[in-house]
Amino acid sequence: MNESSPILRVNNITKSFGDNTILNDVSFELVKGEIKVLIGPSGGGKSTLLQCINCLVVPDSGDIKLEDEQIDFSSKQDLYSLRQRVGMIFQDFNLFDHLTALDNITIALRKVKKISKKEAVKRARLELEQVGLGDKEKLYPAQLSGGQKQRVAIARALAMDPKILMLDEPTSALDPELIGEVIAVIKSLAHKGMTMIMATHQISLISGLADEILFMEKGKIVEQGPPSLLLTSGNSSKSQGFCDRLNELSEVEG
Amino acid sequence: MPIALSAVIDSLPYLLQGSFITAGIVVSAMLLGLVIGVCMAVGLVYGNRFIKYPLTMYVWVFRGVPVVVLLFLFYFGLFTFLDLNFSAFASVTIVLGMTTGAYQANIFRGAILSLPQGQFKAASALGMSNGQAIRSIVLPQILRMSIPAWSNEYSIILKDSALAFVIGAPEIMARTQFVASRTYQHLSLYIAAGIIYFLLTWAGVIALRKLEQYLRIPGYSHHGSN
Repeated sequence: MNESSPILRVNNITKSFGDNTILNDVSFELVKGEIKVLIGPSGGGKSTLLQCINCLVVPDSGDIKLEDEQIDFSSKQDLYSLRQRVGMIFQDFNLFDHLTALDNITIALRKVKKISKKEAVKRARLELEQVGLGDKEKLYPAQLSGGQKQRVAIARALAMDPKILMLDEPTSALDPELIGEVIAVIKSLAHKGMTMIMATHQISLISGLADEILFMEKGKIVEQGPPSLLLTSGNSSKSQGFCDRLNELSEVEG
Repeated sequence: MPIALSAVIDSLPYLLQGSFITAGIVVSAMLLGLVIGVCMAVGLVYGNRFIKYPLTMYVWVFRGVPVVVLLFLFYFGLFTFLDLNFSAFASVTIVLGMTTGAYQANIFRGAILSLPQGQFKAASALGMSNGQAIRSIVLPQILRMSIPAWSNEYSIILKDSALAFVIGAPEIMARTQFVASRTYQHLSLYIAAGIIYFLLTWAGVIALRKLEQYLRIPGYSHHGSN
């Protein structure tokens, strides 16, 4: 595959719940190593778009191509294979409460990838090490802080060797003093060249990491472009306005 | 009327043999109910309406009809009609198992619904099938959660098992009645039977509480626990 040809193509995705159109004809492409950031008001469809990409929510129409392979939404095998290749990080971590940090990572390796227990443990330890939690493998989710939980969740996703990592507001459920450790992990992933699409309200992630910003409103991408273009002060873009409001908020809090 | 301790002591080995039969009925019925309950709960939560409708009917029937009626219906009616030559022991076990299965289905269903939905989503996002997610993520958690309610169910089924005497299963109640009718020591013997039931309930509930503590997920605090 050509390095610059898109690894993910999302074409004309539409999703409604009842009369409520959540996604209206959304299209975009993601190139290997690229980081796209979804911003915009709540209810704009960011989270649904991410969940449509790995078909946790199956789109009503449109198509998704991963590594030039069209996904057949009605084929379970297609969906399982798609999801193995697309990692997902949730706002509220969604760790498996009955498993230790280590087992949270090994379970999918063993059940989905059918890797031997020994190999799975080895891989899981490596991933925990990477997110700075090598000494916490025996702890259960209830014994971890929010930031640690999110780092375990990231390690869990990365152990599956995803082609793309999707992050759905990865820092929104965290106490302010814990956000830093998660941002550091995400930044180090970016430096390693991980392909990512992320919904976030975190200014440092938006302006510091995004190759392109997608501004979503009412189920559509209404504005897109690199931060250098959209986020210059005095710019009248929606993205700039949005980030200005986020900045004001954080100043009020600070 | 004096308490005839000697009558009780003389018949104690005979009554205690009955308690093994009672224990056999209750343990088998509870395990049968566990299998029925787990399968039904999964069907009730994740199934489509063609699965949900008959399961809901099942729950209504077994909750709505007295155990003793079901016992007669199965033992004298259905099993005879189907030419199944089940013993009284087997019949009682099946009826109690199917009854507690209906109640256990609701226990497990409630537990599944109380699990944070995100965990199932996360399992799917990792590429697990629904079956894998249910087996590896949902069941291990809801079974733990359900132990207190299950222990309640145990104590109910244990006492319902005394109804087995009406179809002649040689358990505690049947044996007590047999001895009492011969020795006329009703007061002493039924006190003894009551104590045996009480001790069986107590032992089972304590054992389940130990199991609950043993399986408790570290880090979760429980109010009022020791």
